[in-house]
Amino acid sequence: MKKVTVRVCSGTTCFVMGASNLQMLHEYVPEELRDWVDIQGAHCLELCRDRNYGAAPYITIDDEIVAEADLSLILERIEQRVRG
Amino acid sequence: MNYHNYATRLRIDLCIRMLHAYFDGKLIEKIDRIPLDMRPRGGEHARCCIYRDRAIIRQRCISVLGFGTGPEEDELTPLADYARRALERTLIEGPVLHVIEEGCSSCIRSRYEVTNACRGCLARPCMLNCPRRAIRIVQGHADIDPALCVNCGKCLGECPFHAIIRIPIPCEEACPVDAITKDEQGRAVIHFEKCIFCGKCMKACPFGAIMEKSQLFDVLEQIRRGCRVVAMVAPSIIGQFPGSLGQIAAGLEKLGFCAVVEVAHGADMTARHEAAEFTERMARGDACMTSSCCPAYTDLVKKHVAGLAPFVSSAATPMHAMGAWVKQQFDPQARTVFIGPCFAKRHEALFDSCVDYVMTFEELGALLVAREIDVAALDAVDVEPAGRREGRGFAVSGGVTRAVAGLLADGAGAPLVVPALVDGLSKKTIALLKTVARERQPGNFIEVMACEGGCVSGPGVVAPGAAAVRQLEKFLENSQAIRNGCADQHSHAQR
Repeated sequence: MKKVTVRVCSGTTCFVMGASNLQMLHEYVPEELRDWVDIQGAHCLELCRDRNYGAAPYITIDDEIVAEADLSLILERIEQRVRG
Repeated sequence: MNYHNYATRLRIDLCIRMLHAYFDGKLIEKIDRIPLDMRPRGGEHARCCIYRDRAIIRQRCISVLGFGTGPEEDELTPLADYARRALERTLIEGPVLHVIEEGCSSCIRSRYEVTNACRGCLARPCMLNCPRRAIRIVQGHADIDPALCVNCGKCLGECPFHAIIRIPIPCEEACPVDAITKDEQGRAVIHFEKCIFCGKCMKACPFGAIMEKSQLFDVLEQIRRGCRVVAMVAPSIIGQFPGSLGQIAAGLEKLGFCAVVEVAHGADMTARHEAAEFTERMARGDACMTSSCCPAYTDLVKKHVAGLAPFVSSAATPMHAMGAWVKQQFDPQARTVFIGPCFAKRHEALFDSCVDYVMTFEELGALLVAREIDVAALDAVDVEPAGRREGRGFAVSGGVTRAVAGLLADGAGAPLVVPALVDGLSKKTIALLKTVARERQPGNFIEVMACEGGCVSGPGVVAPGAAAVRQLEKFLENSQAIRNGCADQHSHAQR
């Protein structure tokens, strides 16, 4: 098991494109993983530059960027990372 | 509650692309290319092929430009023509909702079907209990003849294997007033003489085939021409964007609005008026009074529950009250734009000289993205006059009652409020309202919200769900309440 840091972009673009649904991400992390996941809100991560808005919302898990992030995708990636 | 999905994303993405073209000064030149850019040759498609997808996106563009797509539409008319007409237009016309004809998947008429879980049993209760003899056994399986079936649903309850299912039509299922039906080709048609513009069909359609005629470009053109355009934000805006009310207002000013006001201030006037009116009505022996702030509900009364009309409060809606305030106190020449989560307000505003345009949170979201405005990074500006807790609370179901009861609690000899809440209009709650009209039950103050949960779950929100509601509740806790009774300002709210 490895500890991971998740940053959820709360820039307007990501928020409008669906990150508003990720505000309660912590509640969806399975209990056995909770101690291994540190979820942080973040100001605009500036990943939406070059007008690549269609791929928002963005989140990062450590150094990995996840585009078109939705709950199930994020949880899947978190689990993979934590369990190595 | 969570209806953020691909249909929503597609709508916002399209809006952003159109806005980019507009702000580059090239909407007319570029718009015909947008459907191609979104569905490039060899790329993915949601329907049968990219060409169908492009045809649907083309119709969506027409809708964002504020036009309908009916049988009268000529497919050879370039989008550039529509764009030109949209930018020149000064008058907006209803109806505000329409069906994207190409987008409607023509769902089969609501019906029952036998799935392959059918075991072709010996008892065959489905067959025996069908009052129309519509079920036969074909190759060891039950089969329903659609020509004979009357959709009674008896077979569904009889099958011991649960092998029979009902396939609903989402839009018809969602419409509380049976205003959407199928034409001969199976496509959805909205009957506007029945429609109350609640927007439930739009939320329900999995193909995103029902859209609003947007006024986005009308508003932008007003700003570009240098008119003073005032943004009137509904209280439910809290939680819809990252950042505080003051920061959202700063974002709106960056977009070119000359001032930002809270519709909650209008709601405060409505609440005062309703409190005073309630006292009068109880004194003269009325059985009850209902709220009047939800335009889908007042439209419902007009079109479907006439018996309730005498009980609907005469208070103007918060939107009207605020529009009138802007035109009287701020600038009679100013153009007013209501920004909220509501479709019915768009319909209401068509007939309200104090409200010129209506925008949804979704459209505002697209606008902020297109202009690269990061709300949470802005310095907050003051929004005056500040709404009070009473008016701001109108955004959540139960808020109107809380406001009115709270205002009356101050006064000696005020009538006792026995509240009843209709939280969301559905066929069931409308049936209940019809009994209220007849039997005068179950309370003396009846608050009606077309959307379950209140305006916070309106069809035009970008951030649905609990997180937004939580932020709004926190905002209400930190809002100042109206201290003194109700008499002073309510004349404002009189229509």
